[in-house]
Formats: sequence, C-alpha cells, structure tokens
Amino acid sequence: MNLGGSRAVNSLTIQSSSTTRRPGDGVVDPFPAGLRVLVVDDDLICLTVLERMLQKCLYEVTIHNQAEAALELLRRDKTGFDIVLSDVHMPDMDGFKLLECVGLEMDLPVIMMSADDSKDVVMKGVTHGACDYLIKPIHIEALKNIWQHVVRKKKQDRKEMEFEQSGSVEDGEQQQNPLEDADYLSSPYEENRKNSNKRKDEKDEAEEMDDTSTLKKPRVVWSVELHQQFVTAVNQLGIDKAVPKKILELMNVPGLTRENVASHLQKYRLYLRRVSGVSQHPNGLNSSFMGPPDVTFGSISSLNGLGLQALAASGQIPPQSLSTLQAAALGRMAPLIDQRNIFSYENQKFRFGEGHQQLNDNSKQLKLLHGIPTNMEPKQLATMHQSAETLWECPSPIPIKPKRLFSDTVGSTTIKESYFK
Amino acid sequence: MELNRLQRSFLEYTAALFREGFLDSQFSQLYQLQDESNPEFVVEVVSLFFDDSERLINDLSRALDQTNVDFKKIDAHVHQLKGSSSSIGAQRVKNSCVSFRNFCEAQNIEGCLSCLQQVQQEYLLIKNKLEALFQLEKQIVAAGGAINTVEWML
Repeated sequence: MNLGGSRAVNSLTIQSSSTTRRPGDGVVDPFPAGLRVLVVDDDLICLTVLERMLQKCLYEVTIHNQAEAALELLRRDKTGFDIVLSDVHMPDMDGFKLLECVGLEMDLPVIMMSADDSKDVVMKGVTHGACDYLIKPIHIEALKNIWQHVVRKKKQDRKEMEFEQSGSVEDGEQQQNPLEDADYLSSPYEENRKNSNKRKDEKDEAEEMDDTSTLKKPRVVWSVELHQQFVTAVNQLGIDKAVPKKILELMNVPGLTRENVASHLQKYRLYLRRVSGVSQHPNGLNSSFMGPPDVTFGSISSLNGLGLQALAASGQIPPQSLSTLQAAALGRMAPLIDQRNIFSYENQKFRFGEGHQQLNDNSKQLKLLHGIPTNMEPKQLATMHQSAETLWECPSPIPIKPKRLFSDTVGSTTIKESYFK
Repeated sequence: MELNRLQRSFLEYTAALFREGFLDSQFSQLYQLQDESNPEFVVEVVSLFFDDSERLINDLSRALDQTNVDFKKIDAHVHQLKGSSSSIGAQRVKNSCVSFRNFCEAQNIEGCLSCLQQVQQEYLLIKNKLEALFQLEKQIVAAGGAINTVEWML
C-alpha cells in the first residue's frame, strides 16, 4: 500500500484504498467497508493516526490538512464522499464554518473532532448540524461505527420527505411525489462511481424507492445565480403557493426540469423549517422567538465581524449584489470578510440559556444570519415553529443545517453604503 | 536466549513507561495500527510528533519572548501540541499542556514561561525514552523476532 510521497505541511492529499473485496466474490456485503471518508485536520500527527485507523476499519480515506483545499475537493465532486470528519480548531478555516459549508452545499454528514470537550463547543457542534462530536484522542472503536451516520441521514431525508407528503404539517402545500425526488435522495450513491463495487444499501435504496432511483439524471448544480432566480420565483408566488411547475415557469431556465425544482424546493422548505427551529431548540423558550420579525438594522453594526453574509441574509441587498457577495463570501474568501469571525466563535455571548438578554442577541444573530424572510407574519412564523416542533419530536434528531445559501432577499432594496467597507 | 531477553526488556521497559504515566493507552493503539502493510507506522508517527513538537516549542518560546505577548497565538500552539501529544499517547506532555493553557487563559506570563519549561522537559524525556524503545525494537527485529504488544493489555 502506498501512503503517498512527501509529508509537506502544505496542502496534502492522500488517497488510500483498503477495500480488498472484488465484485464477484459474491457472498459477503462489503458495507460499511469502502465508505468514503474525508478527514480534515491541521494537525498532521492526528491526521496520520486517523487515516490509519480508518483504513483499519476498511474505509476509503482521504486526508487533508487544509480546510480550504478540502472544501474545494468536495465542491469539485459533491458525490465523491460519504462522510466528513473535521477538526474544530484549524488555522485557515474554522471547523464550524467548514461544517456549515459542507452541510449547505453537499449535504453530507459531518463529524466534528476536538480535544476540547467543553460543553459550549460541543453545543456549537450540535447547533451547527454536526451529526456527532468526537473528543480527541480518538479511539478506533469510535470510528468503527461512523457509517451509521451515513445510513441515518438517508433515512432521515426520506422521513422528512414523507412528512412533506402527509401534508399535515403545512397548509396548502403541494403534494410531492416521493418517486420523483428519488434522484435527490439516492444521489450520494450515484452510479458514476469509481469503485465498481455495488453496495447492498444502494440496492436497498433502489428497492425501497420503487426502482426510480436507478434513473440516471445529471445533477443540477444550484449555483448562486440559479438559486437566486429560484428564490425570486418562490417569493413572487408566495412560499405557501409556490409549486414546482409555476416556479419552473417563472424561472424560465432552459434544461431545468420540474423534478430539479421540486427537490430544490423541498430542501428549501426544510431549511426554512429548520431555521425557524434553531433559535428554539437550544433553550426551549418560545417567547423570544416570537419577537418582531422586522429586525432593525441598527443592530447590525453592533454585531462585529458578521460582515456581508449577515446583511445578505437579512434581505436588504438586491439579488444581483447578493449573488456577487455570496459568491465572494462563500467560495473565494473575499478579503473584506473575515470569515472566521462570522459566527463570533470566541464571542462569549454565544451561550445558550444564559439569560434573556443573551437569548435575544442569539435569536437576532441567528435570524440575521439565516435570513428569515422579513415580510413574514408572526402567524407564519408560528406555523413554521409548530412544524419545527413536530419535527423535533421525531425519534432521531434531525441535524440543523443553517443554509446561508438559501437566504431570502425579500424586502426593500435600499443599500446602506456604510456597510460596504 | 538473546531474543527472549530482548523481548523481555521491551516489555519491562514499556510497562514502566505506562506505569510512570509517560505513555497511555493511545500509544498501544498505535501498535494495533501497525501491520505488514504498514510495518513502520509507529516509528513514522512518532517521528512526525518529534518534528512537530520541536517546531511548536520553538514557536512558543519565540512568542513568549515578544514585548506584546499574543496569548491567543500561544494558546493555539499549546492546543496543537496537546492534540498531537494525546494522539500518540504522550501523556505527561499532554498534561503539561493542560496547565499551560490555564495560564494562557489567565494571561499569566510567568506561569506560561514555567509551563513552557515543563513542556520542554517532558518532551525531551519522552523523546529519549521512545528513542531507546525503538532501538530495542530494532535489536529484536535484527535478532529475528517481532514486537509483542499483546501483553500490554491496555
């Protein structure tokens, strides 16, 4: 086995395969062997040990010691990995930021790791949507079962979709045919895989979804611009009345199918639902969330380092600028935004349950960042809240993934020049 | 026989290291990760640790030497050293990092300096001991034997 060449500290990628079973061996199902794991950690010793451990678990491991490069790798091939393990403290990008991006763009399960076992940090992992948090030093036993997060996520996605199906959650919601969204659910197990090994769960997925998951549809890349058109169309129709067919018509993008829009709409709805639940969940208090949805922008200037993302999310910026800003902020780390401070991780105020004052700050922060449409009536918020509550009663926890990409742009288009420094 | 003697020495030596808290169970895990496909794994990882630690300790003494001490940066370095030492089971180094971080938080320069000294000491100790251990291993392999870690029972 070749462990790769130099151990330079700069961007290091090593791909090692430890699957030894070949198709045609017949009898034994290799899963979870061959699970494709991406590990991101600036500590080379840790990376090396983890890589070896994961190989011992018969996983297919890729290691990276630079978060940025890892993110690029993921972006280039969104279906190239099944699960991501990331350290919390990294010099080039905060682990929670990576967690968000991965959840946002690739919708993969992410496990956070750290020697830091303080409750606050672990809580951050929870609220940012990590599916697990491992305390270092990590034992191989802890790694043996990470495949469960991949399977669980699949099941949850399907369950959430069924929730949509039942129509009991939101009024006036268009029924989505689960079969049409099959391509979305089974996408991480798409046919275009390097490894010719067909995994049993892939077949299971196909069976459970009545064979439509075997449809080979090219994945639509929801670029910032495309998503913007989508959001505009949705807002024009009204979130409750937005149906894929009409959205598709409004968007008028050649080559886009109703199915593409349908699955994207589903994700968007789930995002809205989760976002309404995020400010709830950590502390369980309802009253603060029911505060005025129209957050004044006087408060923005007091939120240090939140930058343009917050502004974008609060819907005060027109779509075109938003696209540019998001592109700049999301992928290319524009110098004017200090990405690492976006959530003020070191900010001691970011503690849940520490007094009502802190709570309001939290709620505001979260609201700004996750772009709850500012024109939403309190009643609408209540509906979303209730649906969020229902979701929270599900037996398995639903990871919260703040999807900044889905920030809404409803609202006035006045731009306050002073914010663009 | 020479081989038996060597292997016994190996076991006694490592037992002492565990007993005296120089190494913890994470170290024995490293041996579990070593096999025919990765026969030098432990030596490789430990060498990485040596290089990394020396770099970090140098960075730390430089950082503490500044007129305006950047405690955040120091904390980051110590955090990293804590992480890497715990990854290979260098328990005493790890523990000295814990106290170091407390002094960082308190922004206590004197405390930090004394912690740095301690970290350095612990690092040199474990470095010596592990190098001796690897020497012993080499001798065992040269004598035609293999490393037996089953009896560590950790």
